[in-house]
Amino acid sequence: MKKELTIFDNPKNVKIFLIIFYVSLVVLLISEFFIHPHPAFAFEHIKSFSAVYGFFSCVLLIFLAKILRLIVMKKENYYDK
Amino acid sequence: MTSNLIPPAFIFILGSLLIPFLKGKTKSIYMLLIPVVAFYILMSIPHGKIWVCEFWGYELIFGRIDKLSMIFGIIFILMAFLGILFALKVKDDLQNVSSIVYVGATLGVVFAGDFFSLYIFWEIMAVSSTFLILASRTEESKKAAFRYILVHIVGGLFLLAGIMIYYSKTGTLAFDKIGLNGIETYFILFGIALNAAAIPLHAWLPDAYPNGTPTSTVFLSAFTTKSAVYLLVRTFPGTELLIWVGAFMVFVPIFYAVLENDIRRVLAYSLLNQIGFMLVGIGIGTELALNGAISHAFCHILYKGLLFMAAGSVLQMTGKIKCTEIGGLYKTMPLTCLFCIVGAASISAFPLFSGFVSKSMVVTATVNENLVFVYLVLQFASAGVFHHAGIKVPFFTFFGHDSGIRAKDPSWNMVLAMGISAFLCVGIGVFPQPLYNLLPYTVDYIPYTGAHVVGQLQLLMFGALAFALLILSGFYPPEIRSINLDVDWSYRKLGKGAYIILDKGLNSLNKWSEIIVINTVKVLAAFCKDTAAKLALFISVNLWLIMGFSGKRLEIKKLRLYNDIMNGTLPIGLGAAISTIFILLIFLLT
Repeated sequence: MKKELTIFDNPKNVKIFLIIFYVSLVVLLISEFFIHPHPAFAFEHIKSFSAVYGFFSCVLLIFLAKILRLIVMKKENYYDK
Repeated sequence: MTSNLIPPAFIFILGSLLIPFLKGKTKSIYMLLIPVVAFYILMSIPHGKIWVCEFWGYELIFGRIDKLSMIFGIIFILMAFLGILFALKVKDDLQNVSSIVYVGATLGVVFAGDFFSLYIFWEIMAVSSTFLILASRTEESKKAAFRYILVHIVGGLFLLAGIMIYYSKTGTLAFDKIGLNGIETYFILFGIALNAAAIPLHAWLPDAYPNGTPTSTVFLSAFTTKSAVYLLVRTFPGTELLIWVGAFMVFVPIFYAVLENDIRRVLAYSLLNQIGFMLVGIGIGTELALNGAISHAFCHILYKGLLFMAAGSVLQMTGKIKCTEIGGLYKTMPLTCLFCIVGAASISAFPLFSGFVSKSMVVTATVNENLVFVYLVLQFASAGVFHHAGIKVPFFTFFGHDSGIRAKDPSWNMVLAMGISAFLCVGIGVFPQPLYNLLPYTVDYIPYTGAHVVGQLQLLMFGALAFALLILSGFYPPEIRSINLDVDWSYRKLGKGAYIILDKGLNSLNKWSEIIVINTVKVLAAFCKDTAAKLALFISVNLWLIMGFSGKRLEIKKLRLYNDIMNGTLPIGLGAAISTIFILLIFLLT
């Protein structure tokens, strides 16, 4: 059998991956100061609007999804009963 | 104008008939050649109306060739090639034939210039795709296919009703831009929107598609909905209703996608979300918006096909496709994992991937029309797409908890089909110009500006940060073996309820009517039977009383007479005597 990839079995590699991820976030925030902005709407004049919006969109998404789950989740055999 | 070439739709539909008679390599090569030939024909025909013929006094147009139908024709044939390549090792001819007929019917819809031929191909599409769901041959797929065809028959009937009213009003079957005016246009819109899986007519899609085979779902994901998108661009551009339906569609399905356990159902919900972007574009109806909707459909077919191929590969190799059952597959399926990530990056509209150069046109169109609310919804959904399709799908399939499954990458043809799709996704993302050249309106849109790239990356990466933090903190909703109720509840449960109510209501009505009728008849019959005896008793008893009978003897005589009449055992002589007296009386009195 072919050798398996086990790169993420090592916690050190996961840590490196996460560090690269966090660094890239910081780079993204800084890079905004070096580009020519052309905001779509007035509120996009705020620096890092997209970052904040993206973050809170996902938090809200999960939050609402958890509530939705209370309403719509049924057992797998729900329709067979 | 006519052409001596065969329309691509017929290449597929007629070409499919030979498949069951071929074997081995010949069969594989033959199947791959069908889209190649069709593509060659498509490239060599001129623009305009071709393949026009008379049928029962109607003018059928099998080839309305312009830039709009052309770009959809190209992507459908390309996707057909990739799908056939992916399914090359499938031995089941039911699947092979119906998938190719299905592609042919879709091409027929795309190039139809009149409602008559459109409707015929529309129905062939519905029937052939039903077989692709049935092809799994499980109890579940059988039921899902049954619901699927019922829903599509309803949609088809609405379309047909619309077409008939349209014909009686306009006197022609030819169609182009219609727009919402009059009852027939609502019927037509209903029929098309059902195929586009527009909410609330969408539930058939996440119900049926995840029940297909590993390969048939790849076909299903591409054709029905996108041919409906094509028709909406053709007939209802600039219909404001579609903006709101679209905005609702990009929004709601992502919640289901987050909760869903079945990976292919997650993809089905994200398919709905992506069609939402297209509907918003069509609803806005400006050149930029329509270009955006069309190019997004083009890119979407490729990356959604790719994602369904990756999911299909996992299902094929492991037999499992639920988040709770798989995970850690990157170790032994590295190529599938890589291609899945490319598809995920494309659907998430990462810069340098195909979704970025198409979706942003729709988003920019909302900016140009000053639709702030829609813009915010689309941006919310963009982050959400990255969340569920971009991260969740690859993460729970290939990373996440190690399921212990050690399945290998699938066969070469499946890997190759995924590879080509992934290559195209990146290719379009890096060099969008060839795609832009195919669009019906001139494009002066530049996707790669510093602000756009950084803005999009911020939106996505900070969405990813939220995912990471929620996973690490344990707040993220855990994967649970479950199903989530959707609109199909209305016909799966309410329908059942209605059936029970009708069963109990109408059948008990039946039962009661039966009881009432039978009893009435019984009583009536008994009454009629009795009457003669009672009459005879009445006369006889009076006679006997006069003659002096009484007490026990009278009782015995009464009982004997009654029994004799009821059992028909009166002496014949008595009857004869009565009739003789009767005749004598008549004779004397006249």
